[in-house]
Amino acid sequence: MTTQTTTAAPPAAATGKDRAHATAHGTGVGRPGFGWALPATVFFALFAIAPLIMVAVLSFTRWGGLGSPEFVGLDNWSRIFGDPVMIKSIWLSLLLTALGVAIQTPLSILLGVWAAGYQRNRAVLSAIYFVPLLLSSTAVSVLWRALLDPNFGVPAELTWLFGDGNLFGKQATAIGVLAFVSTWQFTPFHTLIYQGAARAIPNVLYQAAEIDGAGRYRQFFHITLPQLRNAIITSTILMVVGGLTTFETVLILTQGGPGTDTTISAYYMYQKAFKGFDFGAGSAIALVLVVAATIISLIMVRLSGYDKMRSSMEGL
Amino acid sequence: MRRRPNYPAGAGSLLWLLLVGLPLYVMLTATLKSRSEYARGGPLAFPREITFDNYTGAFSGGFGQYFVNTIVVTVCVVGIVLLLVPPLAYAIVRSRSRVTSGVFRLFLLGLAIPAQAVIVPMFYLISQAGLYDNLVGVILPTAAFCLPISALILSGAMRDINPELFEAMAMDGATPRRMFFQLVLPLSKGGLSTIVVFSALQAWNGFLFPLVLTQSDDTKLITLGLYDFQTEHGIDIPALLAAVVLSMVPVLLVYLFARRALVQGLMGVGGK
Repeated sequence: MTTQTTTAAPPAAATGKDRAHATAHGTGVGRPGFGWALPATVFFALFAIAPLIMVAVLSFTRWGGLGSPEFVGLDNWSRIFGDPVMIKSIWLSLLLTALGVAIQTPLSILLGVWAAGYQRNRAVLSAIYFVPLLLSSTAVSVLWRALLDPNFGVPAELTWLFGDGNLFGKQATAIGVLAFVSTWQFTPFHTLIYQGAARAIPNVLYQAAEIDGAGRYRQFFHITLPQLRNAIITSTILMVVGGLTTFETVLILTQGGPGTDTTISAYYMYQKAFKGFDFGAGSAIALVLVVAATIISLIMVRLSGYDKMRSSMEGL
Repeated sequence: MRRRPNYPAGAGSLLWLLLVGLPLYVMLTATLKSRSEYARGGPLAFPREITFDNYTGAFSGGFGQYFVNTIVVTVCVVGIVLLLVPPLAYAIVRSRSRVTSGVFRLFLLGLAIPAQAVIVPMFYLISQAGLYDNLVGVILPTAAFCLPISALILSGAMRDINPELFEAMAMDGATPRRMFFQLVLPLSKGGLSTIVVFSALQAWNGFLFPLVLTQSDDTKLITLGLYDFQTEHGIDIPALLAAVVLSMVPVLLVYLFARRALVQGLMGVGGK
């Protein structure tokens, strides 16, 4: 299927107004010009692209929230990279992101492929699985903070499983809680991505495999998984970006503690900027996050050829 | 297709159901208990004396006002998205201009821009514009961050329109504007409802922009209200969870009525 073959549309049918919209290629009869995209582009540029450029500029300034930012050169940069809490926060961000990808990917592939079946019970269960996705990160975090409360929560009841019940008191368990809550919240979303992708796999592949005598597990590893490649890449990019920018969960569940043991970069940025009024350093940390997220995404997009979106409908 | 039932998968799915369902069960039952009963019986017990005090308490604690604010923000964000995205997606799908494909790449890249990345300059811009602690200051950036995913979803839907329909209309001498209103909009209803539901969800659940760009009770949104409630009354778990449940109710209602729109749209993100 192509939206680009325009051999039909005879120019004779075009009115003068159409020609005004036609592009320099001369084939764009009856096609919208760039003007249609302009309002959204300007709006997006103003409220997303411009701030993104400004964050780079602000990272070279000192600004306390009042008055005007003052240029200080590389001062913020040398400060944040000389700050042990910052270095630690980068490792913690990467650790939490890696944990998220490692736990959520297999889980959501299995659940997604399972949910892709059209059985009635699967449809009903999928509808319930979806619920955590509807909650705000704030609601999810508040909910789990209450459920895991050291005194009145579930761990206090099940001491045989949770020991002293204070999961927020040690680094390992606090990180575990963060990884678990993210999994609980975001697995449904990735499940949905895989469910859609699994349903798009042509059925003939499975029929052919069945004729060849391949069992369920071989079908899964030799047909389903390879066919899910694009979905895996999309979902992983979203997990990486989401993981690096986890914020509410940390703010509400652990406040970066115990000590700074769960202070990940996104949370440290907020603390620096809006608690310490050091907006220059905050901007520098924000820029580190953007660069990291963009590099990882670009690498994955390049690897997958996902940017060739236009051709993705071909052959269907 | 006829198949043997898959028992291990069934068992795994039930385990996941437990993991999703148990917290929701604890939450719902806790909100119906008094604070002392919750402390005595623990989170897992079924409530013996059902009380609605936690819910009435949340409303008298200011949640009514937060609800109204959040509704205002959500409606405005959806309005902006509906005004900006359909023409954008139309141009992305149909325009032959090279600038437009550049724009599409820009929005694709925009998918990777996290709100945290721009929060400091956003605070600067919004303060300079005199919109600090004003709902407009929350609406504008929230809407902007809904654009990339909405553009992706809607242009996906518009790409599914049969190109022959455009050609037929072009033969009749239709202008791009007429094709947009008579062909593209009616045929992308599914995509439109998805972006409505999706951006409404973003606006309703947004936290970072309201956290940083507002401060007073008059402009407080519901997520921020939850956060404040948690920091102030964190030990009164039944009341806190009642507030959480209240914050979810509208979203659950939307889910009940527009599940298809939301689910199909999200599936499309990775499917195509």
